[in-house]
Amino acid sequence: MNALLEVENLKVRFRSMGMLRALATRTSDPYIDAVCDVSFQVRPGETLGLVGESGSGKSTIARTLMGLNPAHSGSIRFDGRELTDLSQRSYKPFRRDMAMMFQDPVGSLSPRLTVRSLITEPFLIHGIRDRDRDVEAKRLLEMVGLSEEFAQRFPHQLSGGQARRVGVARALALDPRLIIADEPTAGLDVSVQGEVINLLARLQEELGIGMLVITHNLNVVRHISDHMAVMYLGRFVEKGPTEEVFYRPRHPYTEVLLSANPEPDPDARLERIEARGDVPSLMQRPPACEFHTRCPKAQEICSQVDPEVTTAEEGHTFRCHFPVNTPEDPDTDTVGAGSAGRSSRPG
Amino acid sequence: MPATDMTRSEGQPMREPSAWVQHWRQLCRNPLGLLGLILVVLMVGSALLANVIVPYDPAQVMVGPRLGPPTWHNLMGTDQLGRDTFSRVIMGGQVALIVALASLSAALSLGLLLGLVAGFGPRWLDNGLLLLLDSVRAFPVIIFALAVVTLLGPSLYTVVFVVAITSIPVYARVVRTQTQALRDHEYVLAERAMGASTRRILGVHIMPNVIGPLLILASMDVPLVIALEAGLSFLGMGVRPPTPSWGTILNNGYNYIQNSPWPVIAGGIPIILTTLGFTFLGEALRDIFDPKLRRDL
Repeated sequence: MNALLEVENLKVRFRSMGMLRALATRTSDPYIDAVCDVSFQVRPGETLGLVGESGSGKSTIARTLMGLNPAHSGSIRFDGRELTDLSQRSYKPFRRDMAMMFQDPVGSLSPRLTVRSLITEPFLIHGIRDRDRDVEAKRLLEMVGLSEEFAQRFPHQLSGGQARRVGVARALALDPRLIIADEPTAGLDVSVQGEVINLLARLQEELGIGMLVITHNLNVVRHISDHMAVMYLGRFVEKGPTEEVFYRPRHPYTEVLLSANPEPDPDARLERIEARGDVPSLMQRPPACEFHTRCPKAQEICSQVDPEVTTAEEGHTFRCHFPVNTPEDPDTDTVGAGSAGRSSRPG
Repeated sequence: MPATDMTRSEGQPMREPSAWVQHWRQLCRNPLGLLGLILVVLMVGSALLANVIVPYDPAQVMVGPRLGPPTWHNLMGTDQLGRDTFSRVIMGGQVALIVALASLSAALSLGLLLGLVAGFGPRWLDNGLLLLLDSVRAFPVIIFALAVVTLLGPSLYTVVFVVAITSIPVYARVVRTQTQALRDHEYVLAERAMGASTRRILGVHIMPNVIGPLLILASMDVPLVIALEAGLSFLGMGVRPPTPSWGTILNNGYNYIQNSPWPVIAGGIPIILTTLGFTFLGEALRDIFDPKLRRDL
């Protein structure tokens, strides 16, 4: 099946200082690369999970896909059509097919509008006047499991989980083909997180939408995504089928990230692999492999030569000189054993 | 009694009293605010119904005493031409109200527009507008007024024009700051991601959140405007005689203050009461709508 969304070598840069200051300090390149050389695709009915620490560029990718930030270079193709060089006006039709859910469930709803107006807002924006807004509001609320009474409420009268459902309803209003969910579980308590994730998974199954889920919650990724990509300082360090990455992480950073995930089973063998120090600033991006300053396996070459993208089996790619858990490695299932018990994916 | 009211309304299932009812209750708990509201209603009411209330034509010269003290026939006495001061004060309220309404609504709408554009638009536009607004604000109001009066001649419209121009920058700056604060809110991003036009974002999603503080600011500016009109009329640069205005009444009374204090008192009291009324009301509104200043929470 053809990819719905294809991103190739996407690069997003932001100005790090004003023009005058750059001249005064003789900075030849007053930019920071928030997203660097990122490629991925999302097929219809498939979910890609993006994970990474705060500040690794996950949300920037989402905003660039929605045309809220300009891309510096690279290409974004939606349904075969290039989006990076479109004007805001010609972007509009694509915004019907792509919908985004923002991090803050309540904060992403306009505070003076009722739920009814909020979820039917897309119809007004895209000039669809032949549908009855009350009927549509009712249909959408029902779809996300909220009762009709919510139509008259204001955002500040909703709980986090309810507001998130309203956000989902709004994203679904125009039957999009791709949903970008930025931290769909942020700020919700665990039981509500589960509800929201199951809701998204159910709707995706029913409607066959492609989904890009951005999160730092590994359990969420594991639960709903088919493929996942791990980001570090704006780069994909590892990408592959979710189970494959969880079972056999090849990049040391992924291994660190996975071993930091809290384990609900108190009897499980706890083997924590830690990274040294803090995340470096984007302003001073480490040369060559970005992770070498913190990597437990780093050697001299890591700070001198850019690692190539290596493809292991089944589209599992990573970017590292000294990958861990190679098949020849007798030590293969150190992480595998720990996660094997929880590797059976629910649903 | 209010306590039983409250328990009853709370006893009804899922029915919170509407926002207006809540605001009204808060206002009732604020005696100064209530006093302000009463004074404002009195002033606006008397100005609106002036033609019905006035016992005499305010420009009519009567064959009674000149500079007379208050009597049952002339509630506030008569002025140096023998005109009824009470009628003139009531009609003068109309002038004050017209100036306040016309100039403030012009300043509000233009300030709102400029502020939204400056706050939401590109950086260069913001800087350009700020420069313009700050240069207007740098002018001393009364000097600017004198210059405009010299150019256009003294009239009610000149007063309205001067007040409007000098109030725009204040409102525009308030709106600009608020707009900038809201611009990067996630809900505005969400609207942009859905493809909403700039006009829609500004009109539907930003303006309603900006206009509340702006109206409160305007209500507290009403006394300033009325005082400015009175001041210009006092200097002979405002409305032309024989149209009565509080400023001209004060001015005439001032010239004859050694003969009778009544015209000055009659012209001064409404200015004081209106100023107090709008200030109290504005402060009460600010306390009610700005949750951070609410004492009852």
